[in-house]
Amino acid sequence: MMDQLPALQVVIPLLGALACALARHGGVAWFIATVVSWAMPVVAWLLLSQALSGGTISYSMGGWAPPWGIEYRVDALSGFVLLLVSIVGAVIMPYARRSVASEIEEKNRAWFYTMYLLCLCGLLGITITGDAFNAFVFLEVSSLSTYAMIAMGKDRRALLAAYQYLIMGTIGATFYVIGVGLLYSVTGTLNMVDLAQRIPEVESTRPVLAALAFIIVGVSLKLALFPLHVWLPNAYAYAPSTASAFLAATATKVAIYLMLRFLFTVFGVGITFDSLPITNIFLVLSLAAMFGASIVAIFQDNLKRMLAYSSVAQIGYITLGIALANHTGMTGGIVHLINHAMIKGGLFLLLGAVVFRIGSVKIDDLAGLGRKMPITMGAFVIAGLSMIGVPGTAGFISKWFLAVGAMEHGWWWIVFLLVASSILSVVYIGRVVEVVWFREPSEKVAEAKDVPLDMMVPALLLVAASVYFGVDTRLTADIAALAAEALLGGVR
Amino acid sequence: MKFDLILRIASKLLLPFILLFALYVQFHGDYGPGGGFQAGVIGAAMVILYAIIFGLEAAKRAVPPIVVETMIALGALLFAGVGVTSMLLGGEFLNYSVLAHEPAHGQHLGILLVELGVLITVAGTMVTFFYTFAGRGR
Repeated sequence: MMDQLPALQVVIPLLGALACALARHGGVAWFIATVVSWAMPVVAWLLLSQALSGGTISYSMGGWAPPWGIEYRVDALSGFVLLLVSIVGAVIMPYARRSVASEIEEKNRAWFYTMYLLCLCGLLGITITGDAFNAFVFLEVSSLSTYAMIAMGKDRRALLAAYQYLIMGTIGATFYVIGVGLLYSVTGTLNMVDLAQRIPEVESTRPVLAALAFIIVGVSLKLALFPLHVWLPNAYAYAPSTASAFLAATATKVAIYLMLRFLFTVFGVGITFDSLPITNIFLVLSLAAMFGASIVAIFQDNLKRMLAYSSVAQIGYITLGIALANHTGMTGGIVHLINHAMIKGGLFLLLGAVVFRIGSVKIDDLAGLGRKMPITMGAFVIAGLSMIGVPGTAGFISKWFLAVGAMEHGWWWIVFLLVASSILSVVYIGRVVEVVWFREPSEKVAEAKDVPLDMMVPALLLVAASVYFGVDTRLTADIAALAAEALLGGVR
Repeated sequence: MKFDLILRIASKLLLPFILLFALYVQFHGDYGPGGGFQAGVIGAAMVILYAIIFGLEAAKRAVPPIVVETMIALGALLFAGVGVTSMLLGGEFLNYSVLAHEPAHGQHLGILLVELGVLITVAGTMVTFFYTFAGRGR
């Protein structure tokens, strides 16, 4: 049974999704999705602990040995991301029942859970696979189900947002597959480890450089790297609350994982960072994201859109860690990947609770809400502080690593910019705090009260994690350091 | 009604042959061009032709929407089920070799079942697309 775990990680959510589609009943589908999503962290944990103690796990799909067949590989980094994605997927499910029931009509609910599990399957698949083309297939599985989930949003603009994402996402996936095709034409292999061994012989040929460019641009679209982020704000703002929280916490993170895999494992630092100006490109775009998106976030009236722009900014921090490309900076980037998943997941769940009670996330409608929903809004402030990076919270840990990583390069100015962009997040979180806590309750919120326990606990768990990982960093920073070491060492 | 007599008779005659051709493409997929996807599309084309000639309502009576929607999940379930079976028999996911006593027979059986799953899902999806678009604005 233990040998089959890598396949089970992907097969269980796939089977669960099909069962949900056959069930056709929202309640039954929710139950199936909950059972399935709760099994996932168990599998991921077993895989990660096995990979940490016994080295990389390799699984040959269909009995075809790599590099001919599709290989599933679990090492420290992929095990870590698997665990993150599956935990977020599991924590959200109890919350989903009421939220989905209030936002999605009955005939679509079973389909929503089908899409949720398919998306989970796709995201876990991208992470676990060691095959470049198989990663494309899972990229499409997760993307197509994401488009459908976004389109189920209550607002009519959800359809347009889904369509916009469909176009952008398809361009991204196409670029990715063009890149993989070019690599295949030169090396004759699709297995990532095999690619890593063969690319050095042909590394300065044009097809390989073109492949690198296509793959970076394609995956950057998926991870919403500034300025390729335009699909993200609308998609997150108009999707159903459950989907917003799940996607914000996982989808872009998995795309970042894929980027790390290609930059460091497949192409290797020798090509990507030593001979090409990738550091500069990522540095400029990351800083642009940190400032540009944060400034835009300050002027948003729709709080879900505000958080979405803030996501673009936070992704900038993660890619900044990649750009630094030294051990400390990479650790910071990978730690921020998990910390931001917890923080943003929690924040979106809390906003979903607001939608559940008052049906709006317009900042003016929320005046005085703190007095009516004290736990929800209190947790919002705590998660907000963690995102700003106040010492003692998870956000501080990641920014600390990034700052130290920048100083190792002697780039003091980056440290100042990190602090400056954190001040921008003080502004947009502070704006919400001012409205919900320091204003008289408006008529809209008169009836509001805190949400039921099954919605509250998942949100509070993520918020608690975003504080806890600021104090105890054994699970986050230590594994991230291991993963960073493995990436920088490369497979060669 | 009387002007489309030729169309109605001709398509009535064609329907069984379209289905037969779909099955030929399906089962000959081992030896020549073809397979589950193409067969599924041809099979769905039969239902779509029927709907175009005899009306959407008649088609929905013959092939109810609930059936085609179930087919979407059922075909994929058959595909995944083959994989799970091979796991239970001690092989990797989708390792057909363990499905029969001899690996070659197992591979044959496995690909046949998997392609059948593809046929069911593709046909179901195509017909659902058609029903959804044709049923808009009614």
